Amino acid sequence: MDFLTTLFLGIISAALVNNVVLSRFLGLCPFLGVSKKTSTAVGMGTAVIAVITLSSAITYLIDHFILRENLRYMRTIVFILIIAALVQTVEIILKKKLPSLYKALGVYLPLITTNCAVLGVAIDSAQKNYTFSETMIYSVGTAVGFLIAIVLMAGVRERIEHNDIPESFKGMPIVLVTAGLMAIAFFGFKGTIG
Amino acid sequence: MKENTPSERLYNGILKENPTFVLMLGMCPTLAVTTSAINGVGMGLSTCAVLMMSNLIISLLRKFIPDRVRMPAYIVVVASFVTLVEMLMQAYVRPIYTALGLYIPLIVVNCIILGRAESYASKNPPLASFFDGLGMGLGFTLALTIIGAVRELLGAGEIFGLRVMPESFEPVSIMVMAPGAFLVLAVLTALQNRFHAPSATNHGDRFCSGNCAGCMDKSCGIGERSEK
Repeated sequence: MDFLTTLFLGIISAALVNNVVLSRFLGLCPFLGVSKKTSTAVGMGTAVIAVITLSSAITYLIDHFILRENLRYMRTIVFILIIAALVQTVEIILKKKLPSLYKALGVYLPLITTNCAVLGVAIDSAQKNYTFSETMIYSVGTAVGFLIAIVLMAGVRERIEHNDIPESFKGMPIVLVTAGLMAIAFFGFKGTIG
Repeated sequence: MKENTPSERLYNGILKENPTFVLMLGMCPTLAVTTSAINGVGMGLSTCAVLMMSNLIISLLRKFIPDRVRMPAYIVVVASFVTLVEMLMQAYVRPIYTALGLYIPLIVVNCIILGRAESYASKNPPLASFFDGLGMGLGFTLALTIIGAVRELLGAGEIFGLRVMPESFEPVSIMVMAPGAFLVLAVLTALQNRFHAPSATNHGDRFCSGNCAGCMDKSCGIGERSEK
């Protein structure tokens, strides 16, 4: 298969077929917490794309050139520290160099450290022994999947805001039901890629 | 009941501030691994072990960790215990280790653990912190077991692998797949609201406003730190 086909299929598979939130349950906290408005959802999603892409590239390099075989058990500790440091660094650089972008994304950055999608993608691609290009395709696809899911969710939540919902289902339960229905919809992608 | 005694801490963690049903923290493992009751127990107990030990160590070190670097310090402590638990599980309980897979290293980013470290263990003596961790851990285990049991019952007609439904029962297999997790938790929280049990969904401001992101703003301090 030529490179473009692999790229396309890889991204579709990571973003839609195995959607990070709706079928693998990673990054649920921001998905439920920061999805009240579409604009904040877009901000969070974009910040996650940036952080996941950067962190998977760095964790891949560290895993392959420093940890290798004999320090493999250090993965969890090293990866989470890299992610925490990376998020802080990105925040400082943005604040200094691109204040406008910092204003848009800044508030979401500290929250991303504890977004399990970031650590999850890094550990998953390390455990599956992906090559560098596979890791990058996988992580960008996953992050795009997160953006799609959180923006869709925010759109639905804006709509149901003023609807007549049964008293007991107000708040979190209706959001969870929405997520459940979205997960059923994303089930439709299963089997599209072999 | 007197504050900060072991029994009060256990009661607080299991019932009064149950991390899943009341605080609504750590949603990712809650939904991801509860395809069966036994997986729920496995995940709950491993989180409980990490929570107890990290609370104890962080409480012992609370006077030595400088305020500015406390978050990285907590993360290192938690990550070390997670690695330890992962290795022990790999060696002794292989089937559960395989079933939980990626979600074991992800205990590091479970907001319950960092949340308790920041809001309780960093301010209280070691014994109380240890029991706080134990209570929270058992509360988490209880919640995961309940969700796991409901999903297993509806999705496979079994609980802990034992058949309880009659032969004529047709398993609703969507319950053990991804959408079922959301639906079961939705119905459980709705029931909780119906009977006015306290939870993050109906006491939004009292607790962590229903999500880790909200929790990070208030109790975990990462949000505050970046503003300074």
